[in-house]
Amino acid sequence: MRSAGLGAALLCVLIGTARAAEIPAAQRQSGSAFMSEATRAMQADDTSNPGMLSVLEGSALWNAPAGKAAKSCASCHGEATASMRGVAASYPAYDERTASPIDLAGRINACRQEHQGLEPFRRESAELLALTAFVGNQSRGLPILPPNDPRLAPHLALGKEIFDRRRGQLDLSCASCHNDNWSGRLGGSPITQAHPTGYPLYRLEWQALGSLQRRVRNCMVGVRAKPFEYGAQELIAVEIYLNQRAAGMNLETPAVRP
Amino acid sequence: MAPREMTATLPAVRISRRSFVAGSAAGLFIMSLPRIAVARPSLDEALVGFSGGKPINDGRVKLDIPPLLENGNAVSVTVDVESPMTISDHVRRIAIFNEHNPQADVIVFNLGPRTGRARVATRIRLATSQTVVAIAELTDGTFWSSRASVIVTLAACIEE
Amino acid sequence: MAARALIHVPKTAKKGEVIELRAMISHRMETGQRQGVNGEAIPRDIINRLTCTYEGVEVFSAELFPAVSANPFVSFYTVAVQSGVIVFTWIDDAGAKQVATAEITVS
Repeated sequence: MRSAGLGAALLCVLIGTARAAEIPAAQRQSGSAFMSEATRAMQADDTSNPGMLSVLEGSALWNAPAGKAAKSCASCHGEATASMRGVAASYPAYDERTASPIDLAGRINACRQEHQGLEPFRRESAELLALTAFVGNQSRGLPILPPNDPRLAPHLALGKEIFDRRRGQLDLSCASCHNDNWSGRLGGSPITQAHPTGYPLYRLEWQALGSLQRRVRNCMVGVRAKPFEYGAQELIAVEIYLNQRAAGMNLETPAVRP
Repeated sequence: MAPREMTATLPAVRISRRSFVAGSAAGLFIMSLPRIAVARPSLDEALVGFSGGKPINDGRVKLDIPPLLENGNAVSVTVDVESPMTISDHVRRIAIFNEHNPQADVIVFNLGPRTGRARVATRIRLATSQTVVAIAELTDGTFWSSRASVIVTLAACIEE
Repeated sequence: MAARALIHVPKTAKKGEVIELRAMISHRMETGQRQGVNGEAIPRDIINRLTCTYEGVEVFSAELFPAVSANPFVSFYTVAVQSGVIVFTWIDDAGAKQVATAEITVS
């Protein structure tokens, strides 16, 4: 019953809209521009933003010695306020060792394995989200600055291709909603422009922090498509494309979204 | 138009049609409600329980809650009570109750003369569109309340 | 993971000034109303009490129910009476306590 209802709503919204234009730079807006005042206020104050609890946890993990060598992140990187400032703004990046793109959570896990000799954190685990949020928080207020690396070009192209391709039982692409209908609503919720300005972010629906990959998988389930696995190259390609698409917009990590 | 509520007769289990529809949209949090919901006091019964049967007056209490909610999982609520907050004349307790959650109680704040200002805020869960009430008990033994009607919009896409 | 708490207490205040205090703690506030994937009930596990003491004197408390959001947030006021320590204590259904403290200088 529910999918029928959603399908009907989508048909009303989306039939007859075949344009696939990208959003002009001057019209780009962060997801926070679409939220209620109450949700914006929740994000704005660090003592009311529940994402800050994970940042606090991430700070503790950053300084906690671990592994055989009893090294912490801080042992190599020092004070994150200096060493991690701006880092999250340029992820995903190209990883020399694996000759493939890597996102920030993947980089943290790689560091953990190579330099601390520890097992990687599970994707979407509270620990990995906390460390990613802590590192991301150091870039809050800085513009997204995708790396200018030609080796990322094919992955950027793949990300755009995935974003534009219709999929799932509802036969919708990311672009169907987030490029063509971002000023509209789906059910009671505003359709946003899908700029990844605040990840990992605290979603009221999740009642927890979550990654951009979780959000993209969530949308794929929404259009009744089989979501890519966590950490899949396709998801990282989508992250690369979304960051390119949002280049220059300011980071808000940890954002709060409905 | 379909009746707004269906009432099952035995054993005092009440299933609101709206909360059932909401449940199918909002996932586990409410999906399980129709199966394990047990009798809860009505909103008015809960208020009478709080006041110990004393009359509850309108006024003095300001309940600030958005009328239209993006998500029922974290609803910002502020309650303000007119009171000088002196030793002899202050607000003893402020409580919040709801109409359609599985439980009527939300939170009870215990204040005193050292509170200085009878204003509290928190974030609450609302399973569906419903009435929310804030009630205050003063040192003179009187009870005051304010109610608000809120609409919880449902997320269009659910997760897995 | 250990619970994390974020509290807001002004560092300084004038004697007699009414100050806002805010307290938030990481906790999922499991309602006891949900079922897991196999249909088994997920037991209730919430923070059910928050107290605040000011130089050892309780100035505020709250009783929380499952309808309080995950990572419970509470804001309230108190009169700055003297310099000292303000202590927030959260108690969960298992009786475990989490404590956060802050100092205030009153002039």
